[in-house]
Amino acid sequence: MTTEVVLKIAISGVLTGLVYGLMALGLSVIFGVVRVVNFAHGEMMTIAMYLVIVFFSALGLDPLLMLVPISAVLFALGYLMQRAIINPFINRPEHSQFMLLVAIALIMVNALLLIFGPDSQGITTSYSFDSFDIGGIIIDAGKVYAAIAALIVAVALFAFFRLTLTGKAIRACADNYNGALVVGLDVKRLYALTFGIGAACVGAAGTMLMIVTDVTPAIGPAYTLLAFVIVITGGLGSMPGAIVGGILIGLTEALGGFFFTPSAKTMFSFAILVLVLLFRPQGIMGRKTA
Amino acid sequence: MNLLLEGVPRSALILLALFFAALIAAPMVLNDYLIVVLITILYFAYAGQCWNIMMGFAGQLSLGHALYIGLGAYVTAALYVKFGVSPWIGLLPALVIAGAVGAVIGFLAFRFGVSGVYFAILTIAFAEFARIGFDHFPWVGGAAGYFLPVANYTQNDFFNLRGSQTMFYYILLAMTVLAFVLCHLLLRSRAGYYWLAIRESPEAAEALGINIFRYKMYAVVLSAALTSLGGVIFAFFYNNLFPEQVFHISRSIELILGPIIGGIGTLFGPVVGAFLLTGLAEGLREVMLRLGIDLPGVKQVFYGICLLCVVMFLPEGVWPPLKKKLGLDRDTGKKGS
Repeated sequence: MTTEVVLKIAISGVLTGLVYGLMALGLSVIFGVVRVVNFAHGEMMTIAMYLVIVFFSALGLDPLLMLVPISAVLFALGYLMQRAIINPFINRPEHSQFMLLVAIALIMVNALLLIFGPDSQGITTSYSFDSFDIGGIIIDAGKVYAAIAALIVAVALFAFFRLTLTGKAIRACADNYNGALVVGLDVKRLYALTFGIGAACVGAAGTMLMIVTDVTPAIGPAYTLLAFVIVITGGLGSMPGAIVGGILIGLTEALGGFFFTPSAKTMFSFAILVLVLLFRPQGIMGRKTA
Repeated sequence: MNLLLEGVPRSALILLALFFAALIAAPMVLNDYLIVVLITILYFAYAGQCWNIMMGFAGQLSLGHALYIGLGAYVTAALYVKFGVSPWIGLLPALVIAGAVGAVIGFLAFRFGVSGVYFAILTIAFAEFARIGFDHFPWVGGAAGYFLPVANYTQNDFFNLRGSQTMFYYILLAMTVLAFVLCHLLLRSRAGYYWLAIRESPEAAEALGINIFRYKMYAVVLSAALTSLGGVIFAFFYNNLFPEQVFHISRSIELILGPIIGGIGTLFGPVVGAFLLTGLAEGLREVMLRLGIDLPGVKQVFYGICLLCVVMFLPEGVWPPLKKKLGLDRDTGKKGS
């Protein structure tokens, strides 16, 4: 009986963790290539989540159908942000970049507050109350769909970076900035593209997250922190690391919330973060050189 | 005295004296509301100055200074409420505890070579840890908050920090001036030069024989301990403490906006930044009030846009170019002011 409950909680933690992993993947890709820490990451995700609410209430579209269009919108947002605002900051000191993104985050949070008000909003899909029964363990259907979609997007992204020429060019920029310039790559454009891709990940993750949770404008910074914790745990700049970190943190929070109190669950992920930073600063999957 | 004034241009001294005189006279002419605004400004100037020791001087970016504010606030408040200990005595354990926590964080980070973005995130992690920890710490009220008894004070009880706004104003003014003078002296001390060397290039500083671990530790401990004093004032001025507010990441960010906007690593940066940002926030509030716009978020959106513009167009902050305009930078040979 109790093992079943614990298993149920663990599995649902892993499933949510996959969606978190996709969100963190966006942060990781951006840092790995552009070398800018996106302090507006969670805020960008809340934008995607509110887009889901708008489309859902206006057109009744299922979040799974909105995955691609919302990712595209976020891609455009990220691309423009990098092109117009962040590119001039690439060679500025860290605290200057930090300030820039904090200002952007502040604008995003409050613009959402202005438009949608402070109340928590959510959607109810046709499968919101469905569940799968696997050998006596009951799993929410929404979580399963969200996790599968997140996994597909992540795999597509891996394929993009491994197989396409643009993907290789972006990796070249990440490996050697000057080398990339020398061989004639348009680094500024590739940076914008990368930021766009990172934003699209967050867009997809936000869309999936709407299936399983609600959103308020003020939740953005909490997601930003969560993305940091995951990415550093997994290894900043490592793509598989983000997914592994996401699963680990999702699992930790689910079990921590279950065995102690839900309000203390983030404490466990911070504890993991501190341990990782101290004993393996490059992260679980990170390379030593970072 | 020589050390204090040496190499400071005369025009700067005159301006500084005028500015200081204006601040001393302020409570006699301003109304209650404006005094509260000035208290907010001084609070941010003081805390920003303390943060600047760590980031501006030694180059260690802390995004979790709310932790030290919160520790100072909770320690003195709990000692006062539970045992009737005067905050002037209570601030000693607060200093020690905040300094010790800073030392632990610094020790862990610097021993294991955690730096840059990673260090910044480690500091956030500890502040968040404290936030959730205090949320579940019933002895000081937990998430429901901790309150100091308030009454209508006809007389200032300086010893117990109970009294009028004006009293808090002058205490904060004194703290800000002392922090300013201390930082001025620090920048001209051996430690100050070592910090700047570490900030500019840790490798080069180490090669020159500076014990960078020890000097980074000095910066963290000093910055943490001094910041906690800001928390003491915070607790006794506002009389209520909620972990969700005191330790929140937005508090840490709020605290460091001033020195970054004003000019990181400069003595006047935190002061100028505090005046500009609080002035901006209050100004926006006033404008919104006049225009009859009462929507949540409008003010902060404009605030964010202003921040964005300053960061984009004044990469070094407001103070360095302003200093040039005022003609105060003749003294280019020496660091400081």
